[in-house]
Amino acid sequence: MSQPTPTTSPTDKRRIGAPLLEIRDLQVSFATQAGMVPAVNGVSLTLLQGETLAIVGESGSGKTTTALSVIKLLPGAAEITGGSILFDGVDLTKLSEKELESVRGKQIGFVPQDPMSNLNPVWRIGFQVEETLVANGKAQRGRDAREKAIAVLESAGLGDAAQRMRQYPHQFSGGMRQRVLIGIGLSSTPKLLIADEPTSALDVTVQRVILDHLAKLTAESGTSVLFITHDLGLAAERAQKLVVMYKGRVVEAGPSVELLQNPQHPYTKRLVAAAPSLASHRLQGSASSIAARDQRDAESADVDLARTAEERAAHAASALAAPPAVQVENLTKVFRISSGKLRSEPFTAVDSVSFSIAKGTTTALVGESGSGKSTVARLVLKLDEPTSGRIVVDGRDLSTTRGKDLLALRRRMQPVFQDPFGSLDPLYNIGATIAEPLVAHRVGNAREQQARVLELLDQVSLPKKLVDRYPNELSGGQRQRVAIARALALKPDIVVLDEAVSALDVLVQAQILALLGELQSELDLTYLFITHDLAVVRLIADNVCVMRKGRIVEAASTSEVFDNPKEQYTQELLAAIPGAGITLGA
Amino acid sequence: MENSPNSPKPLSDTHFVASIEETPLQATDSVAEDSRPSNLYIDAWRDARQRPLFWISGVFILLVIVVAVFPGLFTQIDPRSCSLEFSNQGPSAGHILGYTKQGCDVFSRIIFGTSTSLTVGILSTVIVTVIGVIFGALGGYFGRWVDAILSRIGDIFFAIPYFLAAVVIMSVFVDYRNVLVISLAIGFFAWPGTARILRGQVLSVKNSDYVTSAVALGVSQLRILWRHVLPNSIAPVIVITTIGLAGAIVAEATLSFLGVGLPPSVMSWGNDISAAQRDLRNNPMTLVWPSIALTSTVLAFVIMGEVIRDALDPKARARR
Amino acid sequence: MLWYILRRVLQVIPVFLGATLLIYFMVFALPGDPIAALGGDRGLNPAVADAIRARYHLDQPFFIQYLYYLQGIFTGDLGTTFSGQKVSDILGRTLPVTFRLAVMAIIIEAIVGILIGLVAGLRKNGVFDTVSLLLSLVLISMPIFVLAFLAQFVFGIKLGWARTTVSGDAPLNELILPAFVLAFFVVANVIRLTRTSVIENLDADFVRTATAKGLSRPRIIRVHVLRNSLIPVVTLIGTDFGLLIVGATVTEGIFNVPGVGNTLFKAIILSEAPTVVSFVTVFVIVYLLSNLLVDVLYAFLDPRIRYGK
Repeated sequence: MSQPTPTTSPTDKRRIGAPLLEIRDLQVSFATQAGMVPAVNGVSLTLLQGETLAIVGESGSGKTTTALSVIKLLPGAAEITGGSILFDGVDLTKLSEKELESVRGKQIGFVPQDPMSNLNPVWRIGFQVEETLVANGKAQRGRDAREKAIAVLESAGLGDAAQRMRQYPHQFSGGMRQRVLIGIGLSSTPKLLIADEPTSALDVTVQRVILDHLAKLTAESGTSVLFITHDLGLAAERAQKLVVMYKGRVVEAGPSVELLQNPQHPYTKRLVAAAPSLASHRLQGSASSIAARDQRDAESADVDLARTAEERAAHAASALAAPPAVQVENLTKVFRISSGKLRSEPFTAVDSVSFSIAKGTTTALVGESGSGKSTVARLVLKLDEPTSGRIVVDGRDLSTTRGKDLLALRRRMQPVFQDPFGSLDPLYNIGATIAEPLVAHRVGNAREQQARVLELLDQVSLPKKLVDRYPNELSGGQRQRVAIARALALKPDIVVLDEAVSALDVLVQAQILALLGELQSELDLTYLFITHDLAVVRLIADNVCVMRKGRIVEAASTSEVFDNPKEQYTQELLAAIPGAGITLGA
Repeated sequence: MENSPNSPKPLSDTHFVASIEETPLQATDSVAEDSRPSNLYIDAWRDARQRPLFWISGVFILLVIVVAVFPGLFTQIDPRSCSLEFSNQGPSAGHILGYTKQGCDVFSRIIFGTSTSLTVGILSTVIVTVIGVIFGALGGYFGRWVDAILSRIGDIFFAIPYFLAAVVIMSVFVDYRNVLVISLAIGFFAWPGTARILRGQVLSVKNSDYVTSAVALGVSQLRILWRHVLPNSIAPVIVITTIGLAGAIVAEATLSFLGVGLPPSVMSWGNDISAAQRDLRNNPMTLVWPSIALTSTVLAFVIMGEVIRDALDPKARARR
Repeated sequence: MLWYILRRVLQVIPVFLGATLLIYFMVFALPGDPIAALGGDRGLNPAVADAIRARYHLDQPFFIQYLYYLQGIFTGDLGTTFSGQKVSDILGRTLPVTFRLAVMAIIIEAIVGILIGLVAGLRKNGVFDTVSLLLSLVLISMPIFVLAFLAQFVFGIKLGWARTTVSGDAPLNELILPAFVLAFFVVANVIRLTRTSVIENLDADFVRTATAKGLSRPRIIRVHVLRNSLIPVVTLIGTDFGLLIVGATVTEGIFNVPGVGNTLFKAIILSEAPTVVSFVTVFVIVYLLSNLLVDVLYAFLDPRIRYGK
């Protein structure tokens, strides 16, 4: 916060430390069939000139609603029912739609969450940048707008901007699109930039580069940033001040480091304890002072990931010497992808991958999108046939197993998939969902199956009442519990977890990770854990294989990979874990 | 903006902690145990039954069905006892809609023509749905060469607008013009639309994680198709079937109107309209009444289709 | 883009062959005698019937018959009507009239449908939206001949604004009423789809971002909502072309427009099966070409197709 802030022009002298945005007692409600439901309930916060402030919260906390209220981008059903939003001394809640138009873009820029859906697919990138400049009076239509748009894209970090101007959004990668959106958001050098989870859809290494670039641009122009994120580590790393929101209210606010080191509100304590990035960091430093403090707060924090992980590792250590449950040798998968013309081109998704998992342990496959990790999972589950190489499960070669033997093998190996909204059939009630494997394999009669379903529900800590409910009544975490119960129904030895916790809020994620750990020691399960999130790996895995472009670049025990990474790519991944640079308890 | 002396101290300068009484902690991810079971079809039913249009069109459709099955309940007049002495006479007691040029009772003919329209509508819709669902589901689910063959066949049938195909078939089958043949003529070329919609739907459902899970669990292909894929992709087919039934009724009337539908001896709204058109200037009402019967029946099915479409689409429900 | 068009053209060829084979099969291989049908109720002189059989190669095996038929199509010989006129001559005379009528109808359909759909979508659940919904449902439910008679009766007979039948050279002003009838026969689907796409696009992330960029509301509607909504609507107008052909047959018949539809209409009434087949084949070709055109237009409107991944 103490860096020098250059002013954009001599007349527009911005004083560091003067309040730019003051939200006072903001109330926002959504109109539903049950009447007005409050989403934001009396939120107040102050953002100073040139400062970055992060609002942190889980989904449904009201963080995005609060931010969108500032420029009235709320969806139709939402309404600001009280409070004020002072921006540069003007109450934005009192402005007409016409007056707001001159604030949006020009004085307050906006970077949205999902780069894939926020650019209009039918217009060229250049057009979409130019129209912003013209609308905000920063350029004349035509040549002038084009030249300035090129400058905007170049400063957003897009190489060969002049060429790229003529392309359409679908010809850009996610990271490139987000650069364009950041360029658009900053194109009129606004006083304030609202960034709504700007990188949560991107790979961690891309996220890091883009946020670094965003920080550089806003620091140069002295732009204040209102940063919305669900990731406490990321927020602390990127903002001077944090505002923690919970159920539409601010529960704690203050300087980032102070807040992380000394959380006061029980909810903040919970968040700090559950955030994988921070938890893995604590493991790494094994800071005794933190552990001691956690001990004190044990009754308020229901799940402490660091402790759960330590317990789990202690159990698994004894199992490491066991014979391999899964052995993968020189696995290769080549897809043919059509290149739009008559030919198709080979694409090697998995390139001679080998690893083995000892019985009762967890091996994590880590990689960014396109690394081939999920293809490996599909091959191991025999949902796809490998091009070459072999997979041996308990001494049986998967590729030569057919018919009855294959069915028997499937019983011993069960999957849990990522998307909690796609992994359960919406027309099957929970009881039928969990019973399906039993029915398919003709295990027991109807009454025994019913009893087993209830037992499984209990095992994943769900109330028995859910038996006749449907998936759309459950939260993401509860759906994942149901998916785990279904996977466990046939008492398998091996569970393939494909990004099984990636779509969940941190607190829920922590619960599921804890549940997985308990189940592993209780049932002696072997896990193949596929994830893009290295921070989670530290907490759940015994061994790690880092994948990139279809190949395993580094494979070692978890502690080795984290403490002593050999490959540069692994080091980059580790450095990109949000919050990695924060020292806690120092 | 200048800071006035009595403005509150900015929050962010301090370490603010909300009082725990005001922001009590709730259990993480607690289960709402008191909700009622709900899924797509349960919700759709709850939604539809609250809409007046559902009841209006539903009751009307029910009425049409009753009229078709028991026409004698609604009129005592024999629609075939025509007498030229009443030719083109206006409404009178017992003959509320007047007479046709041949001196037949208009109301009675409409009542007795109902079953023709409805039977053709239902029969051809059944044909369309059976062929369409088989082609769409198998092609979408099994993909590869199965899909290639079924889709090409569909393309060929799709290339001939179904009404024109029906015209050709009916022109050839001069001696066989009856309700079954006309239903086949309409239905046999109208199915590719249903097949295409279902195929697209099956393709997206097929790739969902719950289908992949079922494969990995060892559930058999046909059981997955029958128990998981079809129930989750059939919703748009229900909508298009309802609206298609309306279309088939219109097609029958149009064919009869053109003279390639049912023979004049069969009582049908299309035949009545066709007969009345020659007298449009003198007695337009003999054309208007069967047209109203036809249009309102079709309208009832179309509205029912729209209500179902809205009810089965959670996005549309949210947009309302 | 070129590849895309080429692929589409290549896909049309087998479909065309299959469709003509199917029509031919229905007419000449199914039970039911198209030649016997020729004479209608009077019956046909056996000598004439034999001559006609020979002309259609009905004494040859089925597949050979089909090849003769195909040869006819490709050499422009579409046969002769019962009254001895060459089908290709009739087409030369009538096709321009039908083309004029269809283009007028499509223009009316597009303008009326998109405008009403846009306003209804922008004021969703308002009075205008509700009225337009009810109106379009009634329009969907009205068979084309009912619509045509209604228009003929109200505008032709009662109000006297238009002629109930069109004169020989089918001047544009006399085609206005039939064109409106034809347009209103298909416009309801355009209204409904435009409304749905407008509502969907208003909710789209990129429209929210456009608002955040500081664009004015009218510009957002024009550039980001309407432009994107046009993509499905253009496709619909293309696929509804089949409906338009059916509508044209009936409308031309009722208004006596001297077009292809009317000729088909008369051939149907006279039970001239071979002539009906000739004209249906022509319509199938036109329909396939129009779908091809829509595919090209679609690629033009949607860059994701034009610059395929």
